[in-house]
Amino acid sequence: MTTAYLWTIILGGMLVTYLSRLSFTVLFPSDRLPDVLQRGLRFVPPAILAAIALPEFIRPEGVVDISLNNPYLIAGTIATLVAWKTKNTWLTILVGMLALWVLTVIL
Amino acid sequence: MVALAHHAGLHDPPLGSSIEHIIEKPIVTHPEPSSSSRTTEFILGIRDQAPILLGVAPFGIIFGALTIASGIPPLEAQAFSLFIFAGSAQFIAVGLIAEGTGALIVVLTIFVVNLRHMLYSASMAHHFKALPLRWKLSLSWLLTDEAYAMASTRYRQGPIKNAHWYTLGTGLALWATWQASTAVGIMLGAGIPNSWNLAFALPLTFLALLAPTLTDRASWAAAVTGGLLAVLFATWPFKLGLFIAALAGIAAGLIVEYRQGDADKFIGEAS
Repeated sequence: MTTAYLWTIILGGMLVTYLSRLSFTVLFPSDRLPDVLQRGLRFVPPAILAAIALPEFIRPEGVVDISLNNPYLIAGTIATLVAWKTKNTWLTILVGMLALWVLTVIL
Repeated sequence: MVALAHHAGLHDPPLGSSIEHIIEKPIVTHPEPSSSSRTTEFILGIRDQAPILLGVAPFGIIFGALTIASGIPPLEAQAFSLFIFAGSAQFIAVGLIAEGTGALIVVLTIFVVNLRHMLYSASMAHHFKALPLRWKLSLSWLLTDEAYAMASTRYRQGPIKNAHWYTLGTGLALWATWQASTAVGIMLGAGIPNSWNLAFALPLTFLALLAPTLTDRASWAAAVTGGLLAVLFATWPFKLGLFIAALAGIAAGLIVEYRQGDADKFIGEAS
């Protein structure tokens, strides 16, 4: 993790984010988004969130581990139930972390 | 900023319909708001944002602490908040960095995650049209999910003379809160031992933000496709697999929605 690597991401991230925000107010003054883009945007959060989260539970050590010996999978499953039932962000994080701490002591 | 949780709001903004909205409602029906002074609007913007700030601050603290826990130095950790200023994208970027993802993939991911800001930009374009360029540049810089939510509500209340001051107040309040809470998190993060597995809070956060986005079959298709392909492609270099998996998820969502629309149409025609 070099300084150049991090700053490439920070400045690159700044550029793409600011360009998105400027897109219609300054760059292409218009009130409408292309239809496909507008329809596709709502699938960005579920697709990207699942793509990042799921591997962290299923292959925490770099190999697929679907077993009761995988505390991340069990804690993740418990947290999924909490997220599903309560839709409460803080409770999900809290219960998930507590579950992981308890499980790493037990397993 | 922690926007994905509020993503349902994406359906609310009257994209492209903002002009019609104002035309539909003659100016004479809103005699009062137009007399608001700059200061009044600015302070009102900050005040209306206050409850949201209470929700944003803890996320800033978590972001700062997680970033330090992921091995990113304090200066760069604060720079994420200073320069990118987009909560969910920052969380995702740090998650990718922690796994050694290539810089280009991280930037591309930030781009895709923040594409929704184009929605806000499109929605605000009409309201900013008459403002000087420096105002457009500043207000666009501050155009986060929460600022958009508050400002678009204000604009929907009718023609308000100094509504851009309201937008500025709301945006600056969020900006200051995000910077300060990130800094607090950075200070706390340095004191948290590795054995706490704090980094696990990251996928948990994503999980919590994911749940409310699963509103129909199409969004489920997007999540399941994205998640499973990401597990399958996890060994690809530079985390390229994750990016491809997310794109495939978006495509899956569009396809399911398209086919569902077709089915509905068929049912509609048959009955």
